[in-house]
Amino acid sequence: MDVLNLAHGSFYMIGAYAAYTVVMATHNFWLALLVAPALLAVLGAALELVFFRRLYRHGHLAQVLMTFGFTLVFIDLIRSRFGPTTRAIAPPPGLGGAVHLLGATFSSYSLFVLGVAIAIGVLLVAGWRLSRLGVVLRAGVADKEMAGLLGIDLPRVFTLTFATGAALAGLGGVIAAPEFAIYPGMDANVLILALVVVVIGGLGSIEGALAGAAVIGLGYVIGTTLFPQLAIGLIFALMAAVLVVRPSGLLGRRS
Amino acid sequence: MIPGQFRAASRPVFLAFLSLALASIPLWAPRFWIYIATQALIFAIFAMSLDLLVGYAGLPSFGHAAFYGVGAYACALLALGHVDGLVPLLLVGALASGLAALPIGALSLRTSGIYFLMLTLAFAQMLWGLAVNWTSLTRGTDGLIGIPRPTLPGLDMFNISLYERGPFFTLCLVVAITLFVLLEALARSPFGKTLEGIRENDRRMRALGFPTFRYRLAAFVIAGAVAGISGSLAAMSNGFATPDLLYWTVSGLALIAVVVGGSRSLVGPVLGAFVVLIAQLGLSTYIDRWELVLGALFIAFVLFLPRGLVGLVRRT
Repeated sequence: MDVLNLAHGSFYMIGAYAAYTVVMATHNFWLALLVAPALLAVLGAALELVFFRRLYRHGHLAQVLMTFGFTLVFIDLIRSRFGPTTRAIAPPPGLGGAVHLLGATFSSYSLFVLGVAIAIGVLLVAGWRLSRLGVVLRAGVADKEMAGLLGIDLPRVFTLTFATGAALAGLGGVIAAPEFAIYPGMDANVLILALVVVVIGGLGSIEGALAGAAVIGLGYVIGTTLFPQLAIGLIFALMAAVLVVRPSGLLGRRS
Repeated sequence: MIPGQFRAASRPVFLAFLSLALASIPLWAPRFWIYIATQALIFAIFAMSLDLLVGYAGLPSFGHAAFYGVGAYACALLALGHVDGLVPLLLVGALASGLAALPIGALSLRTSGIYFLMLTLAFAQMLWGLAVNWTSLTRGTDGLIGIPRPTLPGLDMFNISLYERGPFFTLCLVVAITLFVLLEALARSPFGKTLEGIRENDRRMRALGFPTFRYRLAAFVIAGAVAGISGSLAAMSNGFATPDLLYWTVSGLALIAVVVGGSRSLVGPVLGAFVVLIAQLGLSTYIDRWELVLGALFIAFVLFLPRGLVGLVRRT
């Protein structure tokens, strides 16, 4: 959409906290997996309709500042509701154990995460490439006026896309909740990683983002295992290396 | 985009008035407000350096806190190594941050626009991670504490100590005014005009034979060095240097200060820094949920005053 949303990390955090609330109330992880994305889709759509819509013509800086304001608001709301302490939820029943596969041991929840990630990746790429919404969105970003002249209701498409993005960030938060800690500040961590991933992959390319995520994820895990102190430096070096060779990212188009 | 009559006639008068008003603060303000004004001045220097990038060079950096923090840590390390001269302590901040800005700028400037913004943010967050993790040098999240304030030859004679709030505020004011004059001269120099040309039309400037990448990089390094000086002052003022100085919210606050005040004016960011700092420290003193109010305030500013406070008086 060509919008830079710093509050995207907040959506992820809110998703995780929503999952925590639902799991505490109902002890049902699968319900959380439905409720949290739905909640964030509504929140995303509302924010887009009321606030972001006014900013598309003001350029990136205004977007950045307003979304920065939102991150402050969200983190304070979360802190006032849940306090500064770290929370955790257990993996859903049936996924708490370990699985032996190809001579190695995996936690079954990790495999579940892997499965969900692959499914969403495939859905997104297919949606972006094949669905009507994907085509319309690509057209809208490429040339707003032309797409509008062709009778496409761009404002509605943008609201839908924004809501989808927010819902996916929320889903990410839910899935991450049993694996990582839930705390105020997780929004910034994930935001930075997401930005690095997107920069490495190439803006406006979902396949690129997937490739970037693979590079960074592997780099980070290998880094933390081999040199725990330098994992962040390794990501930094990876990003620098990619940018020196391909300034617009692995799969990004040159502008 | 000529600032018009505001700059032509009333600007020097306004600047003189502002300097005098600031200089008088130690004479009448309560101690707590001298402290806030000191923090705001340091932040104002930081915001001015960012304005050189955002306003003049058209480079929206969201990672400027990196150079604030690097300067603070460099000053802290030197001061803890028993160097107490004011000038070396300020210069080491500038030098360290300028050096840090060189590779970060060289890589980030290969891109532009939204990419540049995200890259600078990512680099700054990585330096933050480094400050947290490199415990042997930075002592991790505890930070470097007990940083002594510098001495100035001659001040002892008058029995003035920089440990007192009034004299330290005056020191910050002198540094701020000096840097303001230097940055203003830079912005009006052929170098500054070239930067503005590059901002408006990079391709044309390149066709005219300007090495635009080097100009941008020079601006990035200069802005980094000035931010380093403000970081040095922050380390002296607080007496400690922690990773918080490099956190991305600091970059965000500085950008807010530039935009709230009005970019491409150098005065605007100073006003913006005072508004942001007073809002932040004032709100956090009296309200529990101050971040929420601050965030809402920023959102309102962007929505209703996109051209900043200077935009109220400036005609375009």
